[in-house]
Amino acid sequence: MSSDIFVWIAAFLTIAIYSFLYKDNPLYKAAEHLFVGVSVGYSIVILYFNVVSPRLLVPLFQEGDWVLIFPALIGLLMVSRFFPKYDWLSRITIAFVLGISTGINLPLIIQASLLKQLQGTMLAMTNLNDILIVVGVFCVMIYFYFSSEHKGIVNSVSKIGILFIMVGFGASFGYTVMARISLLIGRLEFLFHDWIHLIK
Amino acid sequence: MIKRQIPLMIAFVMGILFIIQFFVPHQLSQDLLTGVNKWLMIIGGISLLLGINSLVHFHYVQIKRETPGWGFSLVMFLCFGLALVAGFLPSIVMWFVEPAKAGAEPVKWLSFIPLIPPFEPGSTLFWIFRNGISPFMATMFSMIGFFIASAAFRAFRARSLEATLLLIAAVIIMLGQTPIGQMLWQGIPDIMVWIFSVPNTAAKRAIWFGITMGTIAFSLRIIFGIERAYLGGTDQK
Repeated sequence: MSSDIFVWIAAFLTIAIYSFLYKDNPLYKAAEHLFVGVSVGYSIVILYFNVVSPRLLVPLFQEGDWVLIFPALIGLLMVSRFFPKYDWLSRITIAFVLGISTGINLPLIIQASLLKQLQGTMLAMTNLNDILIVVGVFCVMIYFYFSSEHKGIVNSVSKIGILFIMVGFGASFGYTVMARISLLIGRLEFLFHDWIHLIK
Repeated sequence: MIKRQIPLMIAFVMGILFIIQFFVPHQLSQDLLTGVNKWLMIIGGISLLLGINSLVHFHYVQIKRETPGWGFSLVMFLCFGLALVAGFLPSIVMWFVEPAKAGAEPVKWLSFIPLIPPFEPGSTLFWIFRNGISPFMATMFSMIGFFIASAAFRAFRARSLEATLLLIAAVIIMLGQTPIGQMLWQGIPDIMVWIFSVPNTAAKRAIWFGITMGTIAFSLRIIFGIERAYLGGTDQK
C-alpha cells in the first residue's frame, strides 16, 4: 500500500464519490461539497489572475488605460440585482453582452456552420458514400420539417431520416460511453496501482 | 417603459454595429473587435460575482438556520476558503512583504508559504488542481458511465428497426475503440470509421443545419427586440 498521505486522501475521496452508486449517503455529500468549494475557489483565483488582474487592474491602474473603466462599470451594473429598486440596471449589461455577442456571432455562424457545411454537402456523388451523405442529410432535414404533415412521400423520406439519426445517436452514445469508461479505468488504475499496489 | 427600451436599443445598436464590423476589412474594425472581446471578458468576470454571491448566500443560510445537513455547507466553506488562501496568499505575501524580491527567497517567518505564482508547478493551487480537482472531475464523469450503461440496458432492447440500428451502431463504436474489437474481427475498426464518417456525418450535419437556423433566427429576434425574455419578468417597468 502507498505510504503517501495524499494518495490515501485521494483514494478515500474517490471511494466516497463511488459510494453514490450504492445510494446517496453522507460520505458522498461531504465529498461533493468539498468538490464544489474547491472548484469555486479555484475558479475565482483563475478569474482574478487571468482576467481581472491582467486585463483590468494592471491596464487601468498601472498603464493608465482609463477606457477600461467602462466595461468595469457595465459589469458592476449586474450587482444592481441585489437592490430590487435598481435591478433593471442589470438589463443594460445583459443587453450589451447579448447585442455584441449576437452581432459578432451571426455572420460567423452563417459562414462557418451554414455555408461551409452546405458546401461540404454538395458532393459530386461519384461513390456510394457521397450519395449516402447527400441522401442522409436531405432525409434527416425532411424529418425535422414540421411545416407540413408527414404523409405520403414526406413520411417515407422522413422515416429514412430516422434511420440515419439512430445510427448517429448510436455512434454518439458509443463514443460517450467509451470516454467515460476510459476515465473509470484511470480511476481504477489509481486505486489499484497508486494506492494499494495490486497492479504492478 | 424606458427601463425596457434602453436595453432593447443597446442590443440593437451593438448587434448591428458588430454585424457591420464583420464586413469591414479595416484595421480599425479589427481593433474594435479585439477591444470589445476584452470588454466582454471583463464584464463576464465581474458578473461571476452574482454566481458566487448566490452560492455563498445559500450555504450561509443553511448554516445559520441549522437545516439538516448544514455541516456539508461548512465543508463547502472550508474548502472554498482553502482554495482562495492557496491562490492568493503567495501573491499577497510577495506584494506586501517582499516586493523587491518577488520570486526570491521568502522571509524566514513566512518560509512555510511557497512563493510560487499560482498555476505554476510547485504552487499549492497547482497541487490542488492536479491532485484534487482533476481526479475529482474524472471520478464524477466516470460515474456517469455506470448510469449510461444502466439506462442503455433498459433502452437498448432491439424492439424495432430504429432501436436495433442504434444498438448495432453503439456496439460497433465501442468495440472499434478497444483491442477486443480488433481481436474479434479485423473489419470492426473500419466499420467504425465508416459509421463516423458517413451516416453519422449525414445525421449530425442535418441536425447542425437545424441548430444553425434556430440560432440565426434567435439572434435576429434579439437584435430587433422581438425576443425580450432576457429582460426578465413580464412587468413593463
